[in-house]
Amino acid sequence: MKTFRAAVAAPSFTAWVSVVLMVLLFIVGASSYTGFGSTQVVLNLLIDNAFLLVIAVGMSFVILSGGIDLSMGSVLALTTMVAAWLLQVAHWPAGLVIVTVLLGGAAFGALQGVVVHVFRLQPFIVTLAGMFLARGLCFLISEDSITIDAPLFVTLSQTQIPLFGGAFVSPGAVIALAVLGAGLWVAHCTAFGRTVYALGGSEASALMMGLAVGRTKIAVYALSGFCASLAGVLFAFYMLSGYGQHAQGVELDAIAAVVIGGTVLTGGYGYVAGALSGVLVLGLIQTLIAFDGTLSSWWTKIVIGALLFVFCAVQRLLSLKKVSA
Amino acid sequence: MKFPMNTLARPLAALALLLAVAAIFVPGFLHLEIKDGHLYGSLVDILHRAAPLMLAALGMTLVIATRGIDVSVGAVVAIAGTVACVLVGSHGLAVAFAAALGAALLCGLWNGLLVSALGLQPIIATLILMVAGRGLAQLLTDGQILTVYEPASFFWLGGGHLLGLPVSLFVVAAVAGLTAQLMKRTALGLFIQTVGINPVAARLAGVRTAAIVFFVYVYCSLGASLAGLIIASNIKSADANNAGLLLELDAILAVTLGGGQLSGGKFSLAGSLIGALIIQTLTSTIYALGVPPQVTMVVKAVVVFAVCISQSSFWSSRRTA
Repeated sequence: MKTFRAAVAAPSFTAWVSVVLMVLLFIVGASSYTGFGSTQVVLNLLIDNAFLLVIAVGMSFVILSGGIDLSMGSVLALTTMVAAWLLQVAHWPAGLVIVTVLLGGAAFGALQGVVVHVFRLQPFIVTLAGMFLARGLCFLISEDSITIDAPLFVTLSQTQIPLFGGAFVSPGAVIALAVLGAGLWVAHCTAFGRTVYALGGSEASALMMGLAVGRTKIAVYALSGFCASLAGVLFAFYMLSGYGQHAQGVELDAIAAVVIGGTVLTGGYGYVAGALSGVLVLGLIQTLIAFDGTLSSWWTKIVIGALLFVFCAVQRLLSLKKVSA
Repeated sequence: MKFPMNTLARPLAALALLLAVAAIFVPGFLHLEIKDGHLYGSLVDILHRAAPLMLAALGMTLVIATRGIDVSVGAVVAIAGTVACVLVGSHGLAVAFAAALGAALLCGLWNGLLVSALGLQPIIATLILMVAGRGLAQLLTDGQILTVYEPASFFWLGGGHLLGLPVSLFVVAAVAGLTAQLMKRTALGLFIQTVGINPVAARLAGVRTAAIVFFVYVYCSLGASLAGLIIASNIKSADANNAGLLLELDAILAVTLGGGQLSGGKFSLAGSLIGALIIQTLTSTIYALGVPPQVTMVVKAVVVFAVCISQSSFWSSRRTA
């Protein structure tokens, strides 16, 4: 009983809940539906949600720093659009296009960071404007979807990296896992990562400790912009098109994934690794609903909303308990 | 407080400038005529189309004044419209409208509960309903767009006329008038401002902050449901996916344009209404000019950046330093 109480009181409790939930969802799926319990279903989760994982890693950093980035889905769409236009209309080489859009995404994010920091505005409203701006820019380039047929993109979209027993993963999934690894390293092993946590804990204290608050804030938004455009590149591999309507509302999925993964929304506390368990929980719910066949797609929204509520409520109640203790 | 008297001057000037630009570039923009006893023209059209946004903006003004935010407005619009459309054919107009308002009341109570009792951050608390709300609305219609054929009285709210003017305008006027009276004649306005300026101090001073917070979220949801009824009545159907899509963002934008501050404590109902009119004039003008409508988003973004940066404490601290 004592160990149980200690486990519940541990700050990492909700993070572990998401891992347990993930395993439970998988067991439920594997025992109810034939074919669910295969390695390929698990790998497909990674393949289909590779872009969401990359977004969630970027979002983790922003939320850990005490901010929020609502522009990520739009920056993703803008990246697919710019990449498609550069490839199909301007005929740039594919490698150069990828480098350009990644730098562009980072610059877009950094600009938002500068506005947030210099003008002391709420991240919510600044990135909301960024969201409108990026979506609008998509439609300035083209109102219709542009199909991508550049050889590099087509090859990457069709490549299957074989694993044991006939299972395979896509290059996109590998890149997403690499981003997660890099994110873990940056968050937990670098001075920048520690500053992000300090900033989210208390900006005033971080400032008094002599930490580079401004530089870190701008870097965090640059990082999330970079992640959004990298997710855009992965999305372009996956869909082979650029379109202004791509990935509507993905930022909300990412916020949900980050919260479910155990990161506290007020900042300063959580794990970048939670992005993976959060994204996998969301993916599993979608897969379960798809396997069931009788449930309609809107149940996904309702279940995600309910999960979000449960996790927020648990986080909140735990923090209340800590204060009163 | 450098210009205490001129809080409305900036939004009014922006609206006037926009109308002037539209009058110059759009032929017949200011033209009004009476056809079949109804007043027609671009200006009336803008007012009519801005009605849902104005209703949403009024509620959002109060929420933002308490330092909160409600991003579930669009979802509540979808829920209210859907509930009304599902019931209106079988149970009649009164039941349908009452049920829609009741559903919105529940949504508002839910948001208020999460924010005031559970103490969640407002954006996250309302995000839950924003994500799940459209799913619930789709559940009611089985994912279909539900078209209403009768009773014809259902179409009066969003498409009918009263004294030659669109009915929706009278709804906005009634809600705005009621809200203004509540704020002026009772201490509610003062309490809302107190909660926004310093919630802890307000509570210690004996203001029942939890009740105030509850009230503003319920009020916002009810406003959103009226917007949902007008939209559903206007398009004669319930579209759970697209009705009121991103309306919350436009409402937040309208409040910001009208001089309300997201950090709470400062609000202007008239300013928010003007803000909503600015947004609708912008959208209508861009349509009339034949520019692709999506460009509106770029213009909106630029306007938000400009307004927020001009309101930033960056400038005042520079001057005093």
